[in-house]
Amino acid sequence: MKKFIPPIILAGLCLLPLVGLSSYVMHILVLVIMWSIIGMAWNLLGGYCGQVSFGHAAFFGMGAYSSGLLYHHLGISAWWGILVSVPVLTVFSLMLGFICLRLRGAYFALATLALGEVLRVTAENLVKFTQGDLGIMIKQRTWVEKTWYFYVILLLAAGSFLVVKKVMESKLGYYFVAIREDQDAANSLGINTTLYKTIALCLSGVLTGIAGAFYMNYMGYIDPTTVFPLYDISIVTVMVVMVGGVATSWGPVIGALIMVFLAEVIRSMPGIGAAHMTLFGILLIFIIIFLPNGIVGDFRKITGLFKPRGALK
Amino acid sequence: MAAQVELFLQTLISGFLLGGLYALIGLGMALIMGVMRIINLAHGDLMMVAMYVAYWLFTLFHIDPYLSVFVATPLLFLLGVGLQNFLINPVMKVESILPHNQVILTVGIGMILTNLATVFFTSNYRSTPVSYASKAWYLTDFWRDAPIELSLSAPWSLSFIVAVIMTVALWFFLTKTDTGKSIRATAQDIDAALLMGVNVGVMRAVTFGIGAALVGGAGCLFIPIYYLYPSLGKQFTNVGFVITVLGGMGSTEGAIIGGVILGIFESMTATYLGMGWAPVGRFLIFVAALVFLPGGVASILRKQRLGK
Repeated sequence: MKKFIPPIILAGLCLLPLVGLSSYVMHILVLVIMWSIIGMAWNLLGGYCGQVSFGHAAFFGMGAYSSGLLYHHLGISAWWGILVSVPVLTVFSLMLGFICLRLRGAYFALATLALGEVLRVTAENLVKFTQGDLGIMIKQRTWVEKTWYFYVILLLAAGSFLVVKKVMESKLGYYFVAIREDQDAANSLGINTTLYKTIALCLSGVLTGIAGAFYMNYMGYIDPTTVFPLYDISIVTVMVVMVGGVATSWGPVIGALIMVFLAEVIRSMPGIGAAHMTLFGILLIFIIIFLPNGIVGDFRKITGLFKPRGALK
Repeated sequence: MAAQVELFLQTLISGFLLGGLYALIGLGMALIMGVMRIINLAHGDLMMVAMYVAYWLFTLFHIDPYLSVFVATPLLFLLGVGLQNFLINPVMKVESILPHNQVILTVGIGMILTNLATVFFTSNYRSTPVSYASKAWYLTDFWRDAPIELSLSAPWSLSFIVAVIMTVALWFFLTKTDTGKSIRATAQDIDAALLMGVNVGVMRAVTFGIGAALVGGAGCLFIPIYYLYPSLGKQFTNVGFVITVLGGMGSTEGAIIGGVILGIFESMTATYLGMGWAPVGRFLIFVAALVFLPGGVASILRKQRLGK
């Protein structure tokens, strides 16, 4: 029965636009699906392989810029960016992995934290190549309606879900979890830890980059501060996974749903809107202290709270 | 030619002065890293809090920023102890899949501090216009026919001197007092320290407090020569961890040397490439340290001490 849940949900989502939802609701849905792709990508690296990244904005922005620059310099459709971002992000992740993943512990987290900032500054300063703070604008978006964007991102999300699932069911997935649980033990069993950590980074980077390339096509405008921010993308990515559930296949989806809706609700409240980062921070601290494995991971704990005492055994 | 030499020397001087202040930021981070094995990613935001304390003391009561060091450091110490006791300690006990939960927690703390500062104080740039802000000493004042002209800014030098005094005080505290020795013991081996009767829990809280106090002091020293806005913390957190990696994770001597190296390097990038590239230079030095010197400056020092 469990096997059929993803196709049923997918079919349900495919039929959703036929109901005739408003453009705003469609926009929210597109964002939720986009964030769940980024969350799945982070989860592969951070949740399953144990390499926490504080700089997924770097990958997201690289994807968005490879799409935007193709359009800007070569004049071809920005949709090609989704294909082009794959090799770009692979090379970029390989370089990053080669430098930072040889060492263990916090080095990788620190490197990624600085990386987003560095790319933002670079994009701001290379005015001739990236237009600097002016940003890149697509003069005519492909569709006015949100429906087709919804199907494109749904397809990408289904693909990402499948990739993550297949990877985690293969030998590769077991290597990742072994590295997360005990790197020395994994090493002593003959697992080339640096290689497999780099593979996880590449997969994660490519998936995030694809989401970034989609963002460029969907929003039609990017500049360094919208695609490389620390809090609004990198930390929200971490939160999507932490809230939903680390190392669970549905965690990122649930997390994206909660985070995007929460962000919309808080931002629309007068007076509190400016403090949305404070509320996010409090939520993050709350989750870390009380539900360290997220809503999906600690689901039993949550349902346990609502059961009568006797039923808890 | 003379102009080139002059520019170079001037950059070197200002880099060295900046390095002294950076060392103070790095020291607090290295201390926390050494004892608690976590990177405090709210470090720069704690500094931002101290800078606002100094700013409001100056604006409302006309207290000189250098005097507000005496207000801000105890305040930040209490804040640090509180954060450690009520937020970080409980998380250390929680079982979870990710090993980096405490680090993510400090990110959350930093996020809240930045956002609250934006809500309460707006994101305007602020500064403390002290009367001696543009005072400086010139080489030609002392040596009439010097071939080149160099200057030494008064607030920069004063900040540097106070930073050195604080560093020396910390050194005395860590090497001569019982509490300091217990902190160093905890950093070296937690289990052994526990067996020797060190109260590790208290030491953790004290260490986090001292780390916060040091960066708070650095904030007060920065405000006369810099400006202030709520999201400034991020940049100094980056500075702090680049120094920590450059100096060797958790090493205090390494942090001082790393701070000076970074300060000089950053001045050089600012002079020869442009101000905007400073974060890129910082990242390059970080990558270079990871590739060529993974143990940091501390590993070189250790080798020399062992006579290898």
